[in-house]
Amino acid sequence: MFTGFDFDVIQKSLPYLWQGMQFSLGLTLLAMLGGIVIGTLLALMRLSSFKLLSYPAGAYVNLVRSIPLILVIFWFYFLIPVLIKKLTGNPYASGIGPFYSALIAFTMFEAAYYCEIIRAGIQSVPRGQVSAAYALGLTYRQATTLVILPQAFRNMIPILLTTSIILFQDTSLVYVVGLTDFMGAAGKIARRDGRLVEMYLFAALVYFIICYSGSYFVKTLQARYNVGRN
Amino acid sequence: MIEMKNVSKWYGKFQVLKNCTTRVDKGEVVVVCGPSGSGKSTLIKTVNALEPFQEGEITVEGISVGAPGTDLPKLRSRIGMVFQNFELFPHMKVVDNINLAQIKVLGRSKEEASAKSMSLLKRVGLDGHAQKHPGQLSGGQQQRVAIARGLAMDPIAMLFDEPTSALDPEMINEVLDVMTELAHEGMTMMVVTHEMGFASRVAHRVVFMDAGEIVEDAKKEDFFGKPRSERAQHFLSKILHH
Amino acid sequence: MDFSFLNQPAFSGGGVYLDWVISGLKWTLLVSILGWIIAFSVGSLLGILRTAPVAWLRVPATIYVELFRNVPLLVQMFIWYFVVPEIVPKAVGDWLKTQMPMPEFSNAVLCLGFYTASRVAEQVRSGIQSMPRGQTSAALAMGLTLPQTYRHVLLPMAYRIVIPPMTTEFLTIFKNSSVALTIGVLELTAQARQISEYTFRTFEIFTVATIIYALITLTVTFSMRWLENKTRVPGYVGGSSK
Repeated sequence: MFTGFDFDVIQKSLPYLWQGMQFSLGLTLLAMLGGIVIGTLLALMRLSSFKLLSYPAGAYVNLVRSIPLILVIFWFYFLIPVLIKKLTGNPYASGIGPFYSALIAFTMFEAAYYCEIIRAGIQSVPRGQVSAAYALGLTYRQATTLVILPQAFRNMIPILLTTSIILFQDTSLVYVVGLTDFMGAAGKIARRDGRLVEMYLFAALVYFIICYSGSYFVKTLQARYNVGRN
Repeated sequence: MIEMKNVSKWYGKFQVLKNCTTRVDKGEVVVVCGPSGSGKSTLIKTVNALEPFQEGEITVEGISVGAPGTDLPKLRSRIGMVFQNFELFPHMKVVDNINLAQIKVLGRSKEEASAKSMSLLKRVGLDGHAQKHPGQLSGGQQQRVAIARGLAMDPIAMLFDEPTSALDPEMINEVLDVMTELAHEGMTMMVVTHEMGFASRVAHRVVFMDAGEIVEDAKKEDFFGKPRSERAQHFLSKILHH
Repeated sequence: MDFSFLNQPAFSGGGVYLDWVISGLKWTLLVSILGWIIAFSVGSLLGILRTAPVAWLRVPATIYVELFRNVPLLVQMFIWYFVVPEIVPKAVGDWLKTQMPMPEFSNAVLCLGFYTASRVAEQVRSGIQSMPRGQTSAALAMGLTLPQTYRHVLLPMAYRIVIPPMTTEFLTIFKNSSVALTIGVLELTAQARQISEYTFRTFEIFTVATIIYALITLTVTFSMRWLENKTRVPGYVGGSSK
């Protein structure tokens, strides 16, 4: 089955693939951080009793979660230049470059998903904790940052990490706007050298190793938490 | 009818049953008691092979439970079992819970099975609830349905694994009453329970377990009158004084 | 916003741009639904196997799930389309390359189906494992065989429990169907982009596509909520006992 399988082409292209991988990892990490920060804000808005805050947040989250990531990427690639021209008032303003466009698209997309995880996490903290915090005289901000969020995040770490592993897989979709992430790099070499079989199988293997180790790590982490709790 | 000889069982390195030997004769009611974690529930579950064991032998009417060739579904269908948490099937109506094994295991027709189920429900005082789902009944009612479910198979013996432990106090008696009636009708019963009142009224023999061992296996009168072992005395003094 | 362009003659194909939208929607639905049929059946089987008591059934299912879950969908799409025809026996490969009807569409369906199966399997497995162990014990104690226990006791409840996560999985395959555009399936997202390139009505056409996706998501969510209510077991509150 692997007769004529050319390992050489993989070896020669490793430096180029590594550049792509750095793009993928960088995009994943930054979108994860941004997504968690914005997701937390969205979650707090959704849980707010102010309809002016909770309704728009809810609408945004539900809308983004009901459309494909590829369409979200297309949306932001279209909207970002338009917005920049509007904001700067300069019709010839240059964009912010493909990496940052992708970063914004992924951050805003993932924020909607992180929001729902964080909201569930916050709601899993017993109501009595909120009451106890207020009874001690803490303000809303203090109760949230000192009592609720630390407990919520502790419960959520495994699922946040699992979501981030999926995010890492999803970054391969920057293919649709022609960026050179790891998969993009593999694809370019595959087509240039006519080595589709080798390059795509190698890409699958690399993704598998990273994601499998990642989920294995999450699993052990989860097991340790569970032991601590019971 | 049920004979256990030198039964031992390990979970990994931990030995949960140590050389347990006892028997339940036809028509006999044997109560198994002991502190929690003593292995009573594990012991009763070895009788119908819900818990495998590594050493010793158990026979039910001469059929070896642990032997590789034994038809376990057939063996189990002849022994009724009642669980601590009732374990009725929540998605089925009460009558269908009792019908299920009659139809699927014994091959009875739906009509035949339903007739049997209804008469058993009447016997446990629940014929008005046949069309309800288990979640709509109280714990005591669910456990009575579970007993009816066991009886529907016309079992040669009934196993009870802490049948009243999950019940609110006010519901315990309705279940014990059904069990007492069953005992008086001559049903062979093996009962794991903390209800010493039930044991002293209904049991023929009491088996006392501690740390996986059968410490005492005596006639009821002897057990309650003058338990030989210190552990049994200690257990009785704790359980009777509250 | 001006949506009149939808009624203008399309660049090719003879119809108007609205026809492109409708055609895109058709392919999106076809890919999602056919993919889901594969995902649901293969995933159910794998999920059941993952709870099997014997390793030779459990291990292959586990390997499948880990393999398909840990490789990005886009990579799998390219592997189905570009790699599989090259590494299967030559006769099969030639058939895939020259004879297979609608190769882009067929590969997209297979890819999405077998990818989503790994996710469905995990839902089915967790549904089965969320059932109290006593339910299996009770079913076996009545003399049911293990397959009968799955068929009558475990699966009916497990599938009810997993309706909400299964809805999420269906919506995932529905949204993921857009990845099929990478191998040339002109589904809804691809058509939206194509129309935007021909008409420069990017904002409008993306809005149309977004509304269509959102409406279908809403419809699916509400119908599944209806199904969940319809199949709700009276009195059952979930996870009642261990």
